[in-house]
Amino acid sequence: MSMLVEISSLTKRYIGTSALSDITLEVPEGHIMGLLGPNGSGKTTLMKILAGLVSPTSGSVLVDGMVPGVRTKAIVSFLPDVNHLDRWMSVGEAGDFYADFYHDFDRKRFEELLAIMRLTAGQKIGSLSRGMVEKARLSLVFSRRARLYILDEPFGGLDPLARTQVLDALVANFRADCSMILSTQMVADVERFFDDVVFLDNGRVVLAGEAEDLRTRRGASIEDIYREVYGHVEAR
Amino acid sequence: MEFDDRAPIYTQIMDLIKRQIAVGELKVGQQLPSVRDLAQQVVVNPNTVQKAYLELEREGYVATQRGMGTFVSGDRGTVDLMRQGLARDIVATYVAGMRSLGYGPEEVAAMAAETARKEKK
Repeated sequence: MSMLVEISSLTKRYIGTSALSDITLEVPEGHIMGLLGPNGSGKTTLMKILAGLVSPTSGSVLVDGMVPGVRTKAIVSFLPDVNHLDRWMSVGEAGDFYADFYHDFDRKRFEELLAIMRLTAGQKIGSLSRGMVEKARLSLVFSRRARLYILDEPFGGLDPLARTQVLDALVANFRADCSMILSTQMVADVERFFDDVVFLDNGRVVLAGEAEDLRTRRGASIEDIYREVYGHVEAR
Repeated sequence: MEFDDRAPIYTQIMDLIKRQIAVGELKVGQQLPSVRDLAQQVVVNPNTVQKAYLELEREGYVATQRGMGTFVSGDRGTVDLMRQGLARDIVATYVAGMRSLGYGPEEVAAMAAETARKEKK
């Protein structure tokens, strides 16, 4: 199995603090990896490094064999944890913007996704509720035929029904030649989509493995294991 | 479909398909849904469905014909054996439950027979 992401001894230090310490992990092509951990455990920093937005202090990071940069941005579709769309734009204009930026943007797919998410191209981003903005962002990110999808808290502002729509879209869109890394606090809702899970705490990998293997060996759900690993820290 | 997240999901998908074969919902020679379709239907990772199909094939319940799809293999005899296997599991659960209440073998059999007769009426 070929590895789409290879991370070796990755460390990221900000002045005075260490965000990531000695991270080593791989994501095989065709796999969905869940990146789990409480706030401040390093998930967002790790995802930003893979998206080419933050540079590592030391260690090596390869995405499809390349160091994150301009070339990897063309094959990585990243959903940041905060809204990255301008309020004055309409949903359709955001699609035009993406189409200009990314050669792998599929307009037909975008229209299909908007229909699934019950959005229309004319709606202004500024007039949408938080959940609708979230769905517009996800439609844009999934409309790219990328090799690697990196989704930072994709279910944050969504009600249960919208979450189901997004999960359906996620399964329908997933291809064997791409991989996905997603971080979430809603472990119970999403755990059956994970091939692999990585638990981060204080910038370190505290547990990693195949989801089905962990369930078999521990006789517990990934959510149960989450509670066990983080003790008093509640899964929300 | 409801899964128990404390157990591997692929074994639960295998059980679901075995059951469908045993009761005749899936017939010998019939094609299983594609991996992608079943994944969308039960809303799980397609790789998990793929793993369930591979294991079912390894255990001889289905066969994959390249480029064609996955089909139920075996014959009437093996399907009957599967149905009997499932029945034995159900009986074992019933008997264990009755034993835990202190009933002996004759009462266990008599109460099952009585309930079955009532159902029939």
